[in-house]
Amino acid sequence: MNILPCGDRAVLIECDTLHEAQTWFAALREHAEVVLGARTVLVRGDLRASRELIDRTDPSASPVDTGHVVEISVTYDGADLAEVADLTGLTADGVVEAHTGTAWTVAFGGFAPGFAYLVGGDPRLHVPRRSSPRTRVPAGSVGLAGEFSGVYPRESPGGWQLIGRTTLRMWDVDREPPALLVAGTTVRFVAR
Amino acid sequence: MTFIVERAGIGSSLQDRGRPGSGHLGVGPSGAFDRDALRQVNALLGNAPGDAAVETYGDLTLLAGAPHVIAVTGGVGTVTIDGRSVPHGRAVPIAAGQRLAIGLATTGMRVYLGVSGGFAARAELGSLSSDTLSGLGPPPLAVGQSVMTGAGRAIPALDDIPPLIRTGGVDVDVVLGPRDDWFTDESVRRLLDTAWTLSAASDRIGLRLDGPALERSVVVELPSEPVVRGGIQVTPAGQPVVFGPDHPVTGGYPVIAVVVDSHTDRLAQVRPGDSVRLHRRT
Repeated sequence: MNILPCGDRAVLIECDTLHEAQTWFAALREHAEVVLGARTVLVRGDLRASRELIDRTDPSASPVDTGHVVEISVTYDGADLAEVADLTGLTADGVVEAHTGTAWTVAFGGFAPGFAYLVGGDPRLHVPRRSSPRTRVPAGSVGLAGEFSGVYPRESPGGWQLIGRTTLRMWDVDREPPALLVAGTTVRFVAR
Repeated sequence: MTFIVERAGIGSSLQDRGRPGSGHLGVGPSGAFDRDALRQVNALLGNAPGDAAVETYGDLTLLAGAPHVIAVTGGVGTVTIDGRSVPHGRAVPIAAGQRLAIGLATTGMRVYLGVSGGFAARAELGSLSSDTLSGLGPPPLAVGQSVMTGAGRAIPALDDIPPLIRTGGVDVDVVLGPRDDWFTDESVRRLLDTAWTLSAASDRIGLRLDGPALERSVVVELPSEPVVRGGIQVTPAGQPVVFGPDHPVTGGYPVIAVVVDSHTDRLAQVRPGDSVRLHRRT
């Protein structure tokens, strides 16, 4: 674990694995303003106080799984489904089977309100981001990038490989919490 | 207590102090880009420091639906009430039926229009800032819209806030990292030695800096990591982009340095074509 500078109001804890970052996030979230990344945790606040907090924290003491399960119904007709099949050596049906066949876990949010980076899926689905991002990805699009899957909460630009779409609302400001998927939630995709 | 929008202007939105502390929900800070100008306009009007004002590039006309006291801070341009010039940085009355016109800023970029009592709208996550990336908060001002205001306050007797006189660029301090070691030493030097030019393709999400390309020494893909206002992300083409208030919560490109928080407000007032110089603070 390294502590990296991030301006004069935050530090970044750099970990070796997502799981290690998740344990730091779980251990610190009651005590500081923290944001989780794929290998990193941002800790906001006075730099010296943050370093002291990190020094006296045992990251292994807090569970990262909330025990919450969400099912997401998906129509698998995404614009990049054929390309993902090519990249993975699977058929289009094989991509769908792999995507629905294992449970995913919400690792962290970011990119947009309600956007969740899901991990723990079938490792055969690891594909690079598109070389050229789309300027417009419709809300509800289900995508893949690297080890992650995710659902676009609203129309936005985006570089993920799109394999399908859902009608579920990922973000609703009148709901508490507004994000359907929060860190630690288990997600199952279901084909329809 | 209202204004009717007759010309919506360019980039006109309500901004308060934003939504700090919601990064774990994927929600960025948003809020006024020039927080000093927001504080100033509210101080002139007897408002709370974080009351909402209109942030605009100008070309905005509002018809007063009731008597109000207004003030304008930040970027400097022509401001009139029924054609009569309004001084910068001073609380002035406007009567019902009068028109307030804010021209494009000619010094600085972003103009802040405050009203005694503050502007009012439906808050989302505790703020009525329009976040242009996430779509949170009320949409940008539109022609024909009524903008509500709060109950007027006692106006303090204050000197005018002096207008911006700076032209031709800004200097800001940066802290190197967290990913300066992903770039060649030469590129880190280039970051600090270059008079960067602000690109016109800049907005509240990010300010793009034109200049020599910065080269990576580590070329693997960066796992997405949290970013902050003032973070300087470098695109695959080597172009630095400084994150503004509507930045995403996490980013996928390495951040070579971060502008110190108190200097990020200066960047709100840089004009396309003006220079930005970065100085290392250790």
